Amino acid sequence: MTDQTLPPDIAALSFEDALAELERIVRQLEEGKAKLDDAIQSYERGTWLKRHCEAKLREAQAKVDRITIAADGTIGAEPARLD
Amino acid sequence: MSDFSSHPGLAPTRPGTNLPEQSVSDLARSVKRTVEDAFGYVRVRGEISQPKRHTSGHLYLRLKDDAAVIEAVCWKGTVARLSIRPEEGMEVVCTGKLTTYPGRSQYQLVIDSMELAGEGALLKMLEERKKRLAAEGLFDAERKKPLPFLPRVIGVVTSPTGAVIRDILHRLADRFPRPVLLWPVAVQGEGAAAQVARAIQGFNRLEPGGPVPRPDLLIVARGGGSLEDLMAFNEEIVVRAAAESRIPLISAVGHETDTTLIDFASDRRAPTPTAAAEMAVPVRADLLDQVLDDERRLHRAMTRALDQRRTLVQGLARGLGDPQSLLNGLSQRLDDRGERLTLSMRAGIERNQGAVRQLGLKLRHPRDVLRLAVTRLDGAARALRTGLDGALRLSDGRYHRIADRLSDRALRRSLADGTARLADLPPRLDRAHLAGLTAKADRLAQLGRLLESVSHRGVLSRGFALVTDADGQPVTRAADLMDGQRVAIAFQDGDRPAVIGAPTPSAKPARSRKQAEIPPQGRLF
Repeated sequence: MTDQTLPPDIAALSFEDALAELERIVRQLEEGKAKLDDAIQSYERGTWLKRHCEAKLREAQAKVDRITIAADGTIGAEPARLD
Repeated sequence: MSDFSSHPGLAPTRPGTNLPEQSVSDLARSVKRTVEDAFGYVRVRGEISQPKRHTSGHLYLRLKDDAAVIEAVCWKGTVARLSIRPEEGMEVVCTGKLTTYPGRSQYQLVIDSMELAGEGALLKMLEERKKRLAAEGLFDAERKKPLPFLPRVIGVVTSPTGAVIRDILHRLADRFPRPVLLWPVAVQGEGAAAQVARAIQGFNRLEPGGPVPRPDLLIVARGGGSLEDLMAFNEEIVVRAAAESRIPLISAVGHETDTTLIDFASDRRAPTPTAAAEMAVPVRADLLDQVLDDERRLHRAMTRALDQRRTLVQGLARGLGDPQSLLNGLSQRLDDRGERLTLSMRAGIERNQGAVRQLGLKLRHPRDVLRLAVTRLDGAARALRTGLDGALRLSDGRYHRIADRLSDRALRRSLADGTARLADLPPRLDRAHLAGLTAKADRLAQLGRLLESVSHRGVLSRGFALVTDADGQPVTRAADLMDGQRVAIAFQDGDRPAVIGAPTPSAKPARSRKQAEIPPQGRLF
């Protein structure tokens, strides 16, 4: 995966939007009505979208911070120790 | 009940009575012990009166009904645990023990817990509050914000201890681990509502991109409990904070059957904290499956598209036919045509050669043609000369014959004949003329007589007369004449003029009679 070559418009997409577009492209291609050139372009874009979605899914992290409020009222966060 | 008489250490102070004397403190202590023993655990229902929070943190109040009053106190540590905030006039049921305050000869109730008197009263209060807030539009459906499909940071408002936060984190970890910001709050007791409200507002105040990431989803959660335990989430400040949150908010308070007012103001209501976590994030594994499935479908569709086109191209190529065989066929046709061309050329040449030869044979040399022409010319010249000579001879003969026959004898004879006939003609002419003349005269006389016989003149000679008008036209009808008109009357021997009309004095009667007779006579014609 080469994220640095990910087209910026795709990188800016939320996971939800990227997934929706990927599904749309897949359906379009499966219908098989597109011109070959368009199909190839769609395929390339679909591949990027899939990479983007995967990357978003890999971002999963279980970090839990706990809000702290300083004496002057400023809000901070520190790692929460639960249990 | 203590038996004073059996109390040890008490001595009679006066004769005649055996009641021992004791100090105030002793008595007060004794009363205190007695009261505490007898009323060590009571439940009392009454109306709160004059609640007063001391600076020490203790809460003093009175419980009363229509006939009695009991002083009550709620120690500082207990106040924090109370599920309701005591207010003047509130009907409550308090649990605790009775004790005395020896310093002021008082007895009082030490409250361990306090609840509203009867669910009905509490529910009625909540219902009224709900109606009031709903009327403000805080619960309107159009205020509800959609939850993000996959929040980047989740803010959780709940107690840092207890099962709730752990349940939420576990479920998040199972589905889709996300960064979580916990805003610790007390979820029951005094100040809980204010803390919850501040936490919701605090999350909303976080700036995007600030040192503390602003959550894009909030969960306000609490575990199950009694109606009183959940009261913080019915408080107006909490409900308003939830309604005003710009960050989508899930409320998850109590168990499925518990409904608090925050549930009406939140964007989604989860029956439990665990369910809130499920609403908050999709299942990562499912999404991963979906993405991978999409990838497979993408590849398959693309491969199929390419295969289809390849097959199509191959099919079309077959349709085009083998160019070599096409060439072979054409090449053969070319050979055939070439051969036929050669053959036909040769045949044509030969045919033409034959024709040329034929024509060549027919073609005579100009010398021969000339010789022939000279010969023919000579022949013609000879024939011409011969013919001319003959014609000359013939003409000469005829001339001589005609010249021989040419003399004046015949002319002379004709002249003599003519002269004789001329002399003979006059007498014959006279005779004939005379005879004709006589005959014509006779005929004329005859015709004259005939004419006379048919002429009116004859009638006139018999005494009739003819009347003519000025133009000489016969007048045959009396009506054609007018008085005074001039007419002519023809008689046998001549005409006389006359005037038509009645006789004038100068006119002679005989004449007029004669004239008057004319018209009847005219009728005879």
